[in-house]
Amino acid sequence: MKSLYENEMKLEFLSKSNNEAFARVTVAAFAAQLDPTIEELSDIKTAVSEAVTNCIIHGYENTEGIVKIIARIFANTISIEISDTGKGIENVDLAKQPLYTSKGDLERSGMGFTIMESFMDEMQVESVLGLGTKVTMKKLIKKPENIENIIGNKSKISMRAD
Amino acid sequence: MRVNYLEKDKLLLVELTEEIDHCKTEELRRKIDYEIERYMPKKVIFDFNSVSFMDSSGIGFLLGRYRLATMLGGDLGIINVSKGTRKILEMSGALKVIPIYDNFKFAI
Ligand SMILES: Nc1ncnc2c1ncn2[C@@H]1O[C@H](COP(=O)(O)OP(=O)(O)OP(=O)(O)O)[C@@H](O)[C@H]1O
Ligand SMILES: [Mg+2]
Repeated sequence: MKSLYENEMKLEFLSKSNNEAFARVTVAAFAAQLDPTIEELSDIKTAVSEAVTNCIIHGYENTEGIVKIIARIFANTISIEISDTGKGIENVDLAKQPLYTSKGDLERSGMGFTIMESFMDEMQVESVLGLGTKVTMKKLIKKPENIENIIGNKSKISMRAD
Repeated sequence: MRVNYLEKDKLLLVELTEEIDHCKTEELRRKIDYEIERYMPKKVIFDFNSVSFMDSSGIGFLLGRYRLATMLGGDLGIINVSKGTRKILEMSGALKVIPIYDNFKFAI
């Protein structure tokens, strides 16, 4: 069976806060095959940490649930889907506003979505009240070797000849 | 986390040695608030030199400690901040109240 993606991984874990580090390190290790820079890797780790933390503190409100991650690699792009089956978001547009938080009492700053948006190239939030939330993020890894790979070996040679 | 209190300058130097996320800030908050309440320092300095990761949890964490320190008549600043951490703090506006010093001597 040929997959649509070049590579794919799935991860499921309990919504415990000590899994936050495990989740971001695991996704970063998977992303490493795209040969990202340290900065790109750190951006991915931060974005994953934001989405996973949101599932734990907002989706499940610190009760027990399952956080699910699917990461896919296609060409030089990594796509990461992070979802919970928790309480859902009533107004996604409002939730995405910088500094908007429903949990200011827990010292949250309302910057999670803004950070995901700025550290990744694309971010989408789908949520249904009472059913859960899914965040999908994409990042293009812009290594020069990757660009050469897209153009192909032949043009690489001709580019060198120029 | 390593804490050092410099009596002469009433300065509380907190060297953070963990990854600053939701999980870690929960326990750090308790320990550091205890130290701030105990010494009532004129200045609290967080040293980020050994911090290899921080997400948005660090923003609320720093602002919370800033609130406590200023409520007790002190002030709070940070040193040795990485590019990534600075970016996150800048985006949130936290740097408007929390200064980044070159090193802790400048904070005195
Ligand atoms: N998985 C989720 N399930 C339910 N609600 C969510 C979820 N993720 C985000 N939200 C809602 O969206 C709001 C904004 O999320 P965002 O991550 O931007 O800020 P925050 O988590 O409140 O604070 P910060 O991330 O800065 O600590 C949250 O306060 C919460 O109300
Ligand atoms: Mg958040």
